[in-house]
Amino acid sequence: MTTNLLLLLAVGALSGAVSGYLGSFMVLRRMSLVGDALSHVALPGIAVALAIGVNPMLGALLALTLAAVGIWYLSDHSEIYPEALVGIFFTASLAAGILITPEVELLEALFGDIDKIGPIDAIFTFIGAVTIFAVTMAVSKKLLLMVVSKDLAKSQKIKTSKIDLIYLLLVCGVVALGVKFLGTLLTGAMVIIPAVTAKNIAGNIKAYQILSVVLGTLATAAGILIASYFKFPSGPTIVLTAISFFIFSFVFKKR
Amino acid sequence: MQEDILTVSGLSVEFDNHTVLDDISFAVRRDSTMAIIGPNGAGKSVLFRSLLNLIPYKGTVSWSEDTRIGYVPQKLAIDKELPLTVYEFLSFKEKSRDKILEVMGAVGFLKEANHIHNDTRVLKTRIGNLSGGELQRVLIAYALLGKPNVLLFDEPTAGVDIAGEETVYGLIHKLKADKDLTIIFISHELEVVNKYADSVLCLNKEKVCFGPPKTAIDKESLEKMYGEETHIYHHHDH
Repeated sequence: MTTNLLLLLAVGALSGAVSGYLGSFMVLRRMSLVGDALSHVALPGIAVALAIGVNPMLGALLALTLAAVGIWYLSDHSEIYPEALVGIFFTASLAAGILITPEVELLEALFGDIDKIGPIDAIFTFIGAVTIFAVTMAVSKKLLLMVVSKDLAKSQKIKTSKIDLIYLLLVCGVVALGVKFLGTLLTGAMVIIPAVTAKNIAGNIKAYQILSVVLGTLATAAGILIASYFKFPSGPTIVLTAISFFIFSFVFKKR
Repeated sequence: MQEDILTVSGLSVEFDNHTVLDDISFAVRRDSTMAIIGPNGAGKSVLFRSLLNLIPYKGTVSWSEDTRIGYVPQKLAIDKELPLTVYEFLSFKEKSRDKILEVMGAVGFLKEANHIHNDTRVLKTRIGNLSGGELQRVLIAYALLGKPNVLLFDEPTAGVDIAGEETVYGLIHKLKADKDLTIIFISHELEVVNKYADSVLCLNKEKVCFGPPKTAIDKESLEKMYGEETHIYHHHDH
């Protein structure tokens, strides 16, 4: 096993773990597709970053943050459903992204390219993953209470609007971490699939969250190994590995 | 003479230029029980939501500084598949297992009870799998955590048994006897209001009556709430 493969495994596993953890909240909040849609917003950011020669992860993060703040502001200050807002942001940025991304880079931006991951990306991923884990844990109880009832949360003086913004920014962070090796089209998958799989099996929140993290890590690591062995593209292999876990969980789901 | 724990003055709520509550003023005495009654669409729940500061309103709602509110919502739409147990839900608010067991006991879930319906084994159940009555008791337990001195009940169902014959209202009554506790509840049932409330606020978008139930609820205020053809008063009388 080469050092490069080890690096890939480490970056992938970290990103998978944190996607699984944050995804566990997205699935409960019925926002599964928000991560998917937001990942498309990363495209114009990546395009601009590539054009001016900076790390695409940074470009993605910037574009995502702008979109998240925009979605949060409009959903707080207008009558449009957040879901519809996400739809608008996502199609607009996908269209703009495809127009401005140089054709040679488009495929990489859309589907990711695991071979392009270097030590700098590993450092970004490490810092990002640790930060996202820490912040999510800190707001975890509040987020879960908001899933049970927003009114109940508000009646305990929880600033739900602030928590919503923090949460959206966390989602952006996770998407930015995944974009480099899964690409903008498939990043959403690692947020959704491990969490939905865990939900099939778990009987309580603790087990659900642990399983989401474990499954996210396992699917990414196994996917990278399989892709490297068979010379498959990494993104689709990781996603299909996660899907195979999901199918197992579905078949063995306790009824 | 005791102080007021809540003073509401000139409270109005509008949704899309449609007035839902109009110029409501009243005060709630500390350690008393107040009922809010009115027909469907009278704005009872909206009033509650304003008191909890969940929605924008005009006018003032001022709670005494030491107020700690426990809120019992009418019902929650909980996904049956939500992997959240009763214990995990209660521990959002309280870390101590003993305190959780204490409030569960107060709503009739006891250790090694003779029936699963009243056993603390319910703590391991997912909240989405509880029956309506069980969920209401768990929500009351949740409200009781954090030592509230005000409880807001959105229409507790009289049909829910806490333990044996005891109803939610019996529990309210018992809780009050123990400590300094102000209770505000929404109800449909005049009988319950007469029995447990010190004061009543009759609502039909505007304040129809306010005062002790025996004097405040008369033929006139009932007509203003439920229309000319009302016979509810006679029903409860015999």
